[in-house]
Amino acid sequence: MSFWHKTLDKRPKRGMWFLLFGIGVVCLVIGIYEGQLEDVYRKAVMICLECIGIG
Amino acid sequence: MKDKFGLQRIRLSVQILYTILTNGYVYGYMQGKIYKGGLKYACVPGLNCYSCPGATFSCPLGALQSALNQRQIQVPFAVLGFFFLFGSIFGRFVCGWLCPFGLFQDLLHRIPLFQKRKQLPGHRMLKYGKYLVLAGLVLVGSSFLFDGFVKVPAFCKYLCPSGTLMGALPLLSVNEQLRSQVGGLFGWKLGLLLVLVGLSVKVYRPFCQYLCPLGAIYGWFNRFSLVQIHWEQEACISCGACQKACPVDLKPEQISVSTECMKCGKCMTACPVQCLHWRKIEKN
Repeated sequence: MSFWHKTLDKRPKRGMWFLLFGIGVVCLVIGIYEGQLEDVYRKAVMICLECIGIG
Repeated sequence: MKDKFGLQRIRLSVQILYTILTNGYVYGYMQGKIYKGGLKYACVPGLNCYSCPGATFSCPLGALQSALNQRQIQVPFAVLGFFFLFGSIFGRFVCGWLCPFGLFQDLLHRIPLFQKRKQLPGHRMLKYGKYLVLAGLVLVGSSFLFDGFVKVPAFCKYLCPSGTLMGALPLLSVNEQLRSQVGGLFGWKLGLLLVLVGLSVKVYRPFCQYLCPLGAIYGWFNRFSLVQIHWEQEACISCGACQKACPVDLKPEQISVSTECMKCGKCMTACPVQCLHWRKIEKN
């Protein structure tokens, strides 16, 4: 059996998806609670001179 | 190759619509200013320079680097949350369907010049470049590289061609004050963009395949994501049509689970016996 056939047999099931999605939700909630979205916003509403090759 | 289901037309429409939705702030383009509304609290899945005058949302990579640029070390929970949510739902479907810079490269690759290539020579090694960029520029660079006393978003500053295309060029074209500050760094970034533009005409999405750290992140999620292309091995007649159609040259057993698969769906269009189709991740 080739490597990829073995890999296919180990194709992840829905449980792993729930775990990763759950981690995403938990991280986002913690981030919101810690005010990190404010940081995202503060950076995003100023022209980032580095990003446009000036800074 | 005939697009029996119009899937590639649908994909192009989605890419264009998504780009307009996330970069459609027309007033910004006219005035050389950027959008400052509440939508910028949220990151979108694809590369989306928030210094683009049209950008209505934030860039996840820019936000990650901004968090790493903070003086005190902190876990960037919010940005990780966005990555896990987008990654677990879409994987690299984001690259194939939702990234404006991916659309730009797709369009360049349609220009009928040169003999087309799927990959660069040395692809086996070069494909790891995106992991180097992720580790070196995004994670280490943004955490430890200083300009004076301030940390720099190293990927945005030294590499990101999306920032040059979507942010720098529109802003500099209408903002004279910014134009007067242009220096060598802009020359480097513009040169890099031009090289990628030229390369994209010949090679399929060189930035996505070899340099994009977002692709490196979402590639890891590919085999776990909700959106999957399922290969029915029993129905497959091993004709090789899918691999021939695949822009990154994947075998049918690699489709959807490989970190390189962008889930563009060209394999499904090419399959004569329809043994490749969309499917949600399997039940336990």
